[in-house]
Amino acid sequence: MDTAIDSTPLGHNVPLAERAYRIRRNALLMGEVQGQGYIGQALDIADVLAVSYFHAMTYRPEDPHWEGRDRFLLSNGHYAIALYAALIEAGIVPAEELETYGSDDSRLPMSGMAAYTPGMEMSGGSLGLGLGIAVGIGLGLKRKNSASRVYTLFSDGELDEGSVWEAIMSAAHYKLDNLIAIVDVNNQQADGPSTQVMAFEPLVDKLEAFGWFVQRVDGNDMDAVVAAFDAAKSHPEPKPRMIVCDTRMGKGVPFLEAREKNHFIRVDAHEWQLALDALDAGRTA
Amino acid sequence: MSTATATPGSNAAKPRLKTSAMIASIAAEGQRTKPAPFGHALVELAKQRTEIVGMTADLAKYTDLHIFAQAYPDRFYQMGMAEQLLMGAASGMAHEGMMPFVTTYAVFASRRAYDFVHQTIAEENRNVKIACALPGLTSGYGPSHQAAEDLALFRAMPNMVVIDPCDAHEIEQVVPAMAAHQGPVYMRLLRGNVPLVLDEYDYTFELGKAKLLRDGADVLVISSGIMTMRALEVAQRLEADKIGVGVLHVPTIKPLDTETILREAARTGRMVVVAENHTVIGGLGEAVAGTLLRAGVAPVFRQIGLPDEFLKAGALPTLHDLYGISTDAMAASIKGWL
Repeated sequence: MDTAIDSTPLGHNVPLAERAYRIRRNALLMGEVQGQGYIGQALDIADVLAVSYFHAMTYRPEDPHWEGRDRFLLSNGHYAIALYAALIEAGIVPAEELETYGSDDSRLPMSGMAAYTPGMEMSGGSLGLGLGIAVGIGLGLKRKNSASRVYTLFSDGELDEGSVWEAIMSAAHYKLDNLIAIVDVNNQQADGPSTQVMAFEPLVDKLEAFGWFVQRVDGNDMDAVVAAFDAAKSHPEPKPRMIVCDTRMGKGVPFLEAREKNHFIRVDAHEWQLALDALDAGRTA
Repeated sequence: MSTATATPGSNAAKPRLKTSAMIASIAAEGQRTKPAPFGHALVELAKQRTEIVGMTADLAKYTDLHIFAQAYPDRFYQMGMAEQLLMGAASGMAHEGMMPFVTTYAVFASRRAYDFVHQTIAEENRNVKIACALPGLTSGYGPSHQAAEDLALFRAMPNMVVIDPCDAHEIEQVVPAMAAHQGPVYMRLLRGNVPLVLDEYDYTFELGKAKLLRDGADVLVISSGIMTMRALEVAQRLEADKIGVGVLHVPTIKPLDTETILREAARTGRMVVVAENHTVIGGLGEAVAGTLLRAGVAPVFRQIGLPDEFLKAGALPTLHDLYGISTDAMAASIKGWL
């Protein structure tokens, strides 16, 4: 790999856009290791992860199991490349491990698993699991009178799973105001556009009818995402909170944004540098 | 033709049984029983183990968890008729240091929620205890309620400990043993008025240990769950025919006590009969067979278990006779094999 990683820790005043840029860059560098991957998703969710890890959540990078941390559950385990990128940027996973992504004996397997990676709270990959676990964690935190919150990220495709709606119903039943769920609506799942695979709109109306405090934002508008997380944390009603994030697959790399069928992207060897260059070009934009 | 009250076509000496027979309890008429041993044992254990919580999917009353719910209402979680959520939420509770005892029917835990148990509990090695009523053929409702394959499914799951207790005496000991084990456990639950048998055999449950309950020179029955109760009855009955039947009770299906099984099965001149309230596919019978074969121990080997077919609906005594797991049917099979 000819692109060196700057692993110098950044101060907390570094703008979130710079964090998101670095998360995207980490993800592209990991994608290059494997030559393929869920890079479109990593690029679309980088802004949400930047806000989660550098604005909203409380944690100690040196102590990933610190009891007072906010929990972050990655339900869509194939987004692991994105979460690793954020965990590296957050200092929870050493930047040197980036080059091991998806390799034998790596702590960064292609699909996220709890036992492998510091900061990975659950084993995802079998879709539709995260929100149910989040309900249990939310109940457990309340039993302990903990002020911590549980965040969970899941994908619009997971809305097809009945278990997700079981969890949605129960989170409202138990008034889990310590649960903040984020659904990535990139409108892309394995077999095509999510809204065509199985119609899930009007999503906000449905979730509100289920008793949630719901916000819908452009997931690639940093200010909007920040405001949504702030409102989710401060909302006074005893309801679980859902942030519906409309995102753009491949965000930040125009030629990947334009690529169709981008659920699992193959990128030619020479294109990784082009992607990094394109990302750099948009860095200050 | 007689004008007696017998229903046409039925055996007048044996009144036609209804599906509701034994629906609340597996106990036979006149058998000594204890009410809700699981629920009472959990209440007792929870006094010391304050991390214990109870969770169910709309079946508290039918899994004896209602006793825990009454004793500790703030430690009881009703998850609704949603077994996938039940397992995922139990994983989350365990993630936060609680020890969830979750209950539902064996069919729902094993068949409907399998991936949720596999991924959120077993793969993550969460400290969740799963106790499920209506194991094997203990319901007359047909395949929807008959968990003929639960042991096979949970045996195949890494990290999962699998227990098939025989009676109330054993269940009372299994509950604290489940808690003492760090990691996921699946227990077959007998509910309601549960037979009391093993207290007469000076029996103590130990996780992972098979126990020889009685010795016999001609036949060794290796059994678990309610089939151990049946095996003991068969052994008593065949004594009159001068047939010596030993009974090796194997309540822990996984990890299997292969040492004791091999030691007992290797004794020469005894036919080995594995008896299980489970399909003959993938349960104790095949586990024992594999153990013997791998060790080069080759006694005459027979299996008593449920056939590989969707079982009928009806009264349990009728069905147990039909599928060969009643005391009468088991005694007849063994005599026929000798």
